[in-house]
Amino acid sequence: MKLIYEIGEEGRKLDLFPELDVEKYELKANKRNVELHLPHVSEQELSRHFTNLAKRTHGVNDGFYPLGSCTMKYNPKIDEEMAVLPGFTNVHPLAPVESVEGCLEVMETLQERLCKIAGMDAMTLQPAAGAHGEFTGLLLIKAYHESRNDKARTKIIVPDSAHGTNPASAVMAGFEVINIPSDDKGCVDLDGLRNAVGPDTAGLMLTNPNTVGVFDKNILEITKIVHEAGGLCYYDGANLNAVMGQCRPGDMGFDVLHINLHKTFATPHGGGGPGSGPVGCKEFLAKFLPGFTAVKSANGFDKKYADNTIGNLRTMAGNFLVMVKALTYITTLGKEGIKEASSNAVLNANYMRVKLSKTYHMAYPVTCMHEFVMTLEEEHKNINVSAMDIAKSMLDYGIHPPTMYFPLIVHEALMVEPTETETKEEMDHVINVLKEIHEKAEKDPEYVRSAPHTTVINRPDEVGAARNPIVAFKF
Amino acid sequence: MNTPAELKYTKSHEWVKMEGSEATIGLSDFAQNALGDLVFVNLPEVGDAVTAGEVFADVESVKAVSDVYCPVSGEVAEINEELLDDPAKINEAPYDAWFIKVKNVGDTEELMTADEYEKHCENE
Repeated sequence: MKLIYEIGEEGRKLDLFPELDVEKYELKANKRNVELHLPHVSEQELSRHFTNLAKRTHGVNDGFYPLGSCTMKYNPKIDEEMAVLPGFTNVHPLAPVESVEGCLEVMETLQERLCKIAGMDAMTLQPAAGAHGEFTGLLLIKAYHESRNDKARTKIIVPDSAHGTNPASAVMAGFEVINIPSDDKGCVDLDGLRNAVGPDTAGLMLTNPNTVGVFDKNILEITKIVHEAGGLCYYDGANLNAVMGQCRPGDMGFDVLHINLHKTFATPHGGGGPGSGPVGCKEFLAKFLPGFTAVKSANGFDKKYADNTIGNLRTMAGNFLVMVKALTYITTLGKEGIKEASSNAVLNANYMRVKLSKTYHMAYPVTCMHEFVMTLEEEHKNINVSAMDIAKSMLDYGIHPPTMYFPLIVHEALMVEPTETETKEEMDHVINVLKEIHEKAEKDPEYVRSAPHTTVINRPDEVGAARNPIVAFKF
Repeated sequence: MNTPAELKYTKSHEWVKMEGSEATIGLSDFAQNALGDLVFVNLPEVGDAVTAGEVFADVESVKAVSDVYCPVSGEVAEINEELLDDPAKINEAPYDAWFIKVKNVGDTEELMTADEYEKHCENE
């Protein structure tokens, strides 16, 4: 389809602006040398353009979206309704505290509930996303070691199954990354960890359940090994949807963590934001927290700044409306509902895993948590059909493909996370589709290799796009 | 799989050609095939010190970014600047598309012969 600059006609306009009813004012500042490039389209053209674009997207509202490790679940509309209340939208970040106490109460209540879910003592809501939270948490770890004048602790240990953001955040925070191997279940290799820790260990970053969807049963031993070496333990909350209400990272021995409100607590994501990645910590790290935390005061609510703060990680309070959605979600589900959500997320994943395991090879033949990883390695070798081909075929059925080629420790990986909000009927449908695609791949591999056949574009030239990116429209 | 007999290989899929105290280093055919079409290469600078077993470069494919490990210790004498503009050369001819040349080679990683390396790849 055409870009908005390629449609319309010079001089065609919208009638969106009311007539000028105040005195005209000429700007005295320097004017542009060239005219602004604005689209020249009528209101109808504009409307059709965006409707066309919308029709070509795929979201949770369109169908199954099992993007592993992303928790693309359905977000209840009530959360959106609360977030557009004028009392939440018509506030200024610099408004005097006494005029925004309602907003501060939202923040204080959310901090407290997230602390309860995570098993932490304090929480900052300022970070704007997951990786931003990782960076914040690592700065807390750094501040802690520096406050004790322990300058030798420069290394962060990250398992080879980790999300790519973990080592990246650690490097951004000024640490050196030590990679440790996983065992045959995708879990931390204890001896590998024991060999890696030492007086230079600043901390360990871990996701539990890990990126292959397996809960690491040695978690208490893992955090103990790191603590005994003098390091701290960071919990990547990417997979919190599997365990929320069941067990708490704080009880597993973690000192600091981030939570993705946009994954686990009801904010639609995948379109680039806004997200929110609150960071929780144990009491001994609270004095380093960034920004302000909302606290109860004698007459209501107030802002409190930490004594040895690491500084601001972004402006003001963070993405406030995402917090409103998260609080609404947690409040409507309640203690039992949160627990039920994670139970169903795990049940759904295992239902699909078992139903599919006769057709597809599971990378780890164990009971999984909220997601499971299939490997197409044999199909790739034997009939030259890859994980990519299966994923592309799914598009023909109106299903968003699972996460591909991740985690890196599994070859030809397809990582499926159905989430708790899918029905049995929908999962049965997807299971049948995946079986059908597999059958087709065996009978007519070329058909699957050349899929999708029904979409607007077939296979975009990803390599060409990466080698020669064209990121701006040339007028 | 193409594994020239005159080269030595590492477990992490780099090839190395030793000539006196100089070594030429690249990525094996098996590795480029597993990584898929490469779109970006990051190389060290001439004069940098490299250490056997440590990362000296990284390559990016559509699938992932991967570290490239140095089979030898020494000093970077030359880098293949062509690769920076055209990483596809690694996919097209992995044994012509050398990454760096190292001089004053000291320690080396445990290196395999072509036969040994082929066996190693079968288990990957």
